[in-house]
Amino acid sequence: MARSIDRDLQRFKDIVRGRVRENLKKYITHGEMLGRQGRDVVSIPVPNIDIPHFRHGSKGSGGVGQGEGEVGSPIGQGQADGDGQGQAGDQPGSGHYREVEIALDELAEMLGQELELPRIEPKGKNTITTSKDKYTSIRRTGPESLRHIKRTYKRALRRMIASNDYDPRNPKVIPTRDDRLYRSWKTTEQPETNALIVYMMDVSGSMTDDQKEIVRIESFWIDAWLRNQYDGIDIRYIIHDAVAKEVDEDTFYHTRESGGTRISSAYRLARDIMHHEYPVDDWNIYFFQFSDGDNWGEDNKSCVDMLMQDLLPHCNLFCYGQVESPYGSGEFIRELRRIQDQWENLTLSEIDNKDAIYDSIKLFLGKGK
Amino acid sequence: MPISVQRPLPPELAAIQQEMEGRARDYGLDFFETIFEVLDYEELSMFAAYGGFPVRYPHWRFGAQFDELMKGYAYGLQKIYEMVINTDPVYAYLLSSNAITDQKLVIAHVYGHCDFFKNNAWFSQTNRKMLDQMANHASRVSRYIDRFGFEAVEQFIDACLSIEDLIDMHSPHIVRRETETTEVTKALASPLQAPAGDQPQNTSKFRTKDYLEAYINPPEVLRAEAEERSQKEQEREKQRTFPESPQRDVLLFLLEHAPLKDWQHDVLSIIRDEAYYFAPQGQTKIMNEGWASYWHSKIMTRHGLTDAEIIDYADHHSGTMATSRNRLNPYKLGIELLKDIEERWNRGQFGPEYEDCTDAYTRSQWDKQLGLGRQKIFEVRRVHNDVTFIDEFLTPEFCLKQGFFEYRFNESTNYYEIASREFQMIKTQLLDGLTNHGRPFISVVDGNYRNRGELYLQHQYEGIELRQDYAQDTLANLEKLWGRPVHIETIIDEKPSIISFDGSTHEIHEK
Repeated sequence: MARSIDRDLQRFKDIVRGRVRENLKKYITHGEMLGRQGRDVVSIPVPNIDIPHFRHGSKGSGGVGQGEGEVGSPIGQGQADGDGQGQAGDQPGSGHYREVEIALDELAEMLGQELELPRIEPKGKNTITTSKDKYTSIRRTGPESLRHIKRTYKRALRRMIASNDYDPRNPKVIPTRDDRLYRSWKTTEQPETNALIVYMMDVSGSMTDDQKEIVRIESFWIDAWLRNQYDGIDIRYIIHDAVAKEVDEDTFYHTRESGGTRISSAYRLARDIMHHEYPVDDWNIYFFQFSDGDNWGEDNKSCVDMLMQDLLPHCNLFCYGQVESPYGSGEFIRELRRIQDQWENLTLSEIDNKDAIYDSIKLFLGKGK
Repeated sequence: MPISVQRPLPPELAAIQQEMEGRARDYGLDFFETIFEVLDYEELSMFAAYGGFPVRYPHWRFGAQFDELMKGYAYGLQKIYEMVINTDPVYAYLLSSNAITDQKLVIAHVYGHCDFFKNNAWFSQTNRKMLDQMANHASRVSRYIDRFGFEAVEQFIDACLSIEDLIDMHSPHIVRRETETTEVTKALASPLQAPAGDQPQNTSKFRTKDYLEAYINPPEVLRAEAEERSQKEQEREKQRTFPESPQRDVLLFLLEHAPLKDWQHDVLSIIRDEAYYFAPQGQTKIMNEGWASYWHSKIMTRHGLTDAEIIDYADHHSGTMATSRNRLNPYKLGIELLKDIEERWNRGQFGPEYEDCTDAYTRSQWDKQLGLGRQKIFEVRRVHNDVTFIDEFLTPEFCLKQGFFEYRFNESTNYYEIASREFQMIKTQLLDGLTNHGRPFISVVDGNYRNRGELYLQHQYEGIELRQDYAQDTLANLEKLWGRPVHIETIIDEKPSIISFDGSTHEIHEK
């Protein structure tokens, strides 16, 4: 029986989704709002889902409690409700939040709609296929382990009734060899599309925590979108200063090194990973590089060379995001601009602050590659 | 008409029920027939989300509530043990996963509630056939949804719910005003009254010959009189506000005067009916839970328990009675205060003689062996609500024994801090928190504010300011119902101010 509470619950969830959609831009630029949970869901604080009433604020409020304690000892924190400022506001209240869970996939769909991202046309289609067996049909013969008992007995019953062997007072049904039915399977070939994402980040001294935060937020959304578009995704992380090394996700976001910067070292490592482990014809390969644009001057040329020879010809997309740093000179993007016209899959973006994340994602993923 | 085809209690529980019912009756509890059903947690949560009823109108907040209850249960944060609704017959729901000791306790507890529902004066005006009424509401709302669309009805319900607490809790018990006579019937009742202002200057003029006119009716006197009259007229006009006196039942005011379509009118009246139905439960939370707890502990400890069950019972009971520093437990306060009253009336610790005694030792040893306690608490459960209960029976000795204190919000630290352990302070604070369910007092003062048909509400400031973000959102919802700009007068930063919403923007200015 369909219960009415399920209808109400469904409606509630729809409303939550609507609210998330409305506020998506805020979530995109304020990554800290997302508390990532598990593999497939995120929990999000959603505003204004309460029904507002006239209520007392905490200012001047109090209550009665029970227990030990001297006069003056604190017993609990007040809510930050932002009242008492006494200034006019045209913003309706934003104080009440509610944590809700939402599927990552769904979030990616919303992102796609919000940013009007085109669906990605994967390359290497059909080159990798997986075969799946589905038990969808019935056969007269087969191994006993696949015998379809219900159908077999139904057939036997039908036969017995037809031949007048069936006695309802003694309802014994005995299948014969002919009654037996077996399950059977069909194999379907399914094309599988896979993608490799390589994140590269400059962790030299000039990249501060603020910049890394931008990278973290942006890559969260890129991950979400690409995961939504491909069946299987491999993500690799490379950090570099003057030398590059591959690290895990956690290290990627939290390492800080000092010293100079040689971007080419990261390119070399990325190239090696790609060539050794991912056949370029079968994989959709994405490179995302984040840096403050401060490279060791003599390195620039070899970077550009390597990019043109080894990386750009093989990847779907090479995105370079330059985050503004108080220390970096930001010259590297100028080097890349020179070759931008020749390579359609090279995307450059300057990310000045968190608000720029939104446009940057749109720029990176807006090509539909 | 419960949602499930009624499932008879398993024999084990039926036996317990019978025993408990018998015990409860022996103690003099008086209740309607009580029908118990056993539900699993999901079903119980559903009933709880619906306020105890199997059928409610479709609305997402029930779903939200359900979600919260289910999650709270899944994460082990909370658990509902039982649910009783105030109807005749009473329906009570038990949680199937409760251990048998818990079921006993809960059944005994339920009979306490049943007695309270039937006998407490504040429930006397509630509809005991609410089960049918709720189902009726549900089908009416569903019909509107079919006709006018889900979104439209839902948005309207949202707006109504936003002000559902703006009701006059005492109105079911008193007549606030004469039955409304409409303008038409008023006009018919006094048909021959000449229209005002027809020839007002003639009234005090004496008949006279022309040549005496200036002496008998001196023009300056006439003029002065006319002025006086028109001034009075104006004053009367000024005084005749709309509504004539501030009206607490904002919902009723809207029903009578807001430009609502028929279906909207009906939906609003549904919301109002339900708000009034649930109001007494909010008014008597402490007493109701205290009363039920008093009886479950009495019945269980005297009769219900086997040796093996003592520990489970004690564990559960103490869990229910747990106190905390920042929130008063209504179960605990209720049961302790009832016990205190019982003891005082048993020992005769009341009346002028006792009150006048100032010697603490004599007072504490006071015992006239009157044995009136049981009788007294039965009387208390009949006439009081939480506010009068506390007001009448809270004593300094009791506060001391319970370790009560008053806490206040300290703006400079953003912490709640213990402010006082003085009896008067505690009592005042307690009463403040209970009066009007701890919600701000708000009434309609003017339905034609600035002569522009705008709605003007007034917040009766009692020392606590409104939460502004909530207030603004609520105003926005109110504007949807009223259709014209709405205002609320309140205090912001110790200055009288008005928050307004005109349909698009909020404005806050000092009065």
